[in-house]
Amino acid sequence: MTVETKQVRFPSVSLDSGATIAPVDVAYQTYGQLNAQRSNAILVLHAFSGDAHAAGIDDSGKPGWWDNMIGPGKAFDTNIYYVICSNVLGGCRGTTGPSSINPETGRPYAMAFPVITIGDMARVQKMLIDHLGIERLLSVSGGSMGGMQALEWSVAYPDSVVSAIPIASTPRHSAQQIAFNEVGRQAIMADPDWENGEYYGKKPPARGLAVARMVGHITYMSDDSMREKFGRRLRDKEQFGYNFSSVDFEVESYLRYRGTQFVDRFDANSYLYITKAMDYFDVANGYGSLAAAMERSTARFLVISFTSDWLYPSYQSQEVVRALRSRNRDVAYCELASNYGHDAFLVDVGEQTELVRGFLASSLRERAHA
Amino acid sequence: MNAASGTASAPFVRQLLGRSDYAIISEIVEPNTRVLDLGCGDGELLQWLAERKKCDARGIEISSSRVQRAIARGVSVYQGDIDEALLDYPDSAFDYIILSQTLQETKEPLKVLRQMLRVGRNAVVAFPNFGHWSVRLAHLFSGRAPKTKLFPYNWYDSPNIHYLTVHDFEELARQENWNVERRIFLAGKHTGTLWPNLMAETAVFLIRK
Repeated sequence: MTVETKQVRFPSVSLDSGATIAPVDVAYQTYGQLNAQRSNAILVLHAFSGDAHAAGIDDSGKPGWWDNMIGPGKAFDTNIYYVICSNVLGGCRGTTGPSSINPETGRPYAMAFPVITIGDMARVQKMLIDHLGIERLLSVSGGSMGGMQALEWSVAYPDSVVSAIPIASTPRHSAQQIAFNEVGRQAIMADPDWENGEYYGKKPPARGLAVARMVGHITYMSDDSMREKFGRRLRDKEQFGYNFSSVDFEVESYLRYRGTQFVDRFDANSYLYITKAMDYFDVANGYGSLAAAMERSTARFLVISFTSDWLYPSYQSQEVVRALRSRNRDVAYCELASNYGHDAFLVDVGEQTELVRGFLASSLRERAHA
Repeated sequence: MNAASGTASAPFVRQLLGRSDYAIISEIVEPNTRVLDLGCGDGELLQWLAERKKCDARGIEISSSRVQRAIARGVSVYQGDIDEALLDYPDSAFDYIILSQTLQETKEPLKVLRQMLRVGRNAVVAFPNFGHWSVRLAHLFSGRAPKTKLFPYNWYDSPNIHYLTVHDFEELARQENWNVERRIFLAGKHTGTLWPNLMAETAVFLIRK
């Protein structure tokens, strides 16, 4: 059976910047059954380029981005839990973003779309959860930017979250993370086809977006995984080409392929807006300190990081753990060994599955007793 | 004290957990308390305390694979080093801090013990007794670093870096003005009080500040 993307429209949302977006559409999918007590709902939060299609097969035959983690008998066991995933605000896969029609002009927002934050994304998700009639989520979970949203949820809506599972994530974007995002944004904006964002209905800034994605993919892998996957192998040739018109190395071919493929499914302006939201993210914002922010949360935490992840290194996850510990909050933490770099949370899911499964089961038990 | 947590439960616990120091510790810990187990391994004791004594049971463990097994069984354990991990906690965050068979492996045992009594109202410390007769004999007759059932390692691969005896611990407690609330000495499956520094294989102390 294929999964279906549903959409709901809300009249408006007020943003951290003071601006308002009206109306707001939210695309989402659900898996499993909500129980009678409405106590088994889990909100799964996607990373930068993800969408609402987290699990199952869609009508084009494509599996969801976390299909290895969500489903019957999997970590997020849909025989037990009701799992929800929505496309983030600012996205380009069914939720309102810069490519959506601006009701004031009748044309796509483009750069007239207001700047958004991770807090705004969570605010819209909260509207969706309210709409679905769920008072408290058993868990909020996601990797990378999804982990940032999970942290945001636990602090902004403490009464609505029983447990949180931020994976390969950070309490705030570091200079290095901002720097990589800025390279991506500049690549897009340097493409003449970008035209200050007004490219809808015309040729999109495909080269800029592809370069941005290529940089991204480098940061998602590790030295080890690239050496294993490509080494110095040449692409369809025995000798160097001694030119720039063809591809020499496998790794070049892979990055180009990933870059061009991305252009077909992602909007360049969404790239700008969502990376900006990540760069602005600091869960301690407005609370004085990380410890003071995390103190607001009453959730149990399972924090996971990966040894070879140099984009969101373990020390960032450990900062969250230490802050929670300093306020005597319930936190489990494990640094899993993996060679896959930041991608590990998507591809190296064996041990992650055991952790999430055990943690969710104990959260469900605890909730039943509470 | 809860009747089920009396000494009568000790053999049962031992059967379940396979370790006599665990049996004693699980008997010491009062129900419905907050417990932190340092070097908690697979979280077996914590799970037992959570399920049978309704404790809020958490742990610290350095080994990633053990942390994974502990979390998989639903215990809140985090990966970290005992020598440092306690520093982050606020004062009196727990009713009991447990340190079982690990004191001799810490880099700075005195610092760890002081931190335990800052973060916990009670500290439960179980350690292998280096004064046991088998250790003394092994050293006397072999003339080499003692290798026994209690201390089975070669000198070069032993995780134990600070050896202590029952008397050493008692003296430290006096020196630091800790109150020893309970002392239990184990030899095999038996508890006893006769010449503990010579006869005890494992000593379990409940101390307070």
